[in-house]
Amino acid sequence: MKNPLESVAGTIISGLILTFVLVFFLKNFLVAGV
Amino acid sequence: MDIMPGIMRWIHLLAGITWVGLLYYFNLVQMAALKDAAADGTAAGITKHVAPRALFWFRWSAVVTWVAGAGLLGAGFTDAFLLRNGYEGIGIGAWLGTIMLINVWVLIWPNQQKILGLVPADDAAKAGARRVAMLASRTNMMLSIPMLFFMANGLSHRAVLGL
Repeated sequence: MKNPLESVAGTIISGLILTFVLVFFLKNFLVAGV
Repeated sequence: MDIMPGIMRWIHLLAGITWVGLLYYFNLVQMAALKDAAADGTAAGITKHVAPRALFWFRWSAVVTWVAGAGLLGAGFTDAFLLRNGYEGIGIGAWLGTIMLINVWVLIWPNQQKILGLVPADDAAKAGARRVAMLASRTNMMLSIPMLFFMANGLSHRAVLGL
């Protein structure tokens, strides 16, 4: 599989996916645990 | 002093725009331009006159952004980096920004020095440095997307994150 960071489009899509993953992590594991 | 958070936020934004603006310039403009310029023998114009100046502002604005951000967090600095007490959102942004700063000084700048001939390196070392610098720069561009989301929403719009 090609490294997504080889292209600008792959980099932006990776950044968007990472954003959703981190929001999910925050809402379900950080805030929910308080 | 009541005015200090406002001053720190102002400096944080000014330096952050300079840093991330140059990061996007490298990724969206210079990388592609250098490929074309190398093909027609005009790359020296970029590598000699543009890239060193851009890298100067890039690496030092990164430092100013981080220091002003730390000042802005103030007493919440520890809570942010430990992701607790309502600082979870801005804390994720702070961690991403910190990783990006480390990338600039540990991976991008030392490798760019080899690529631009500011430190001695043979052709094989330059080729390796080019690959590492490119991937580190692309990593920072990727990280900037969630980093800006959490910076924008972490403290002043916490409802977006359910905080």
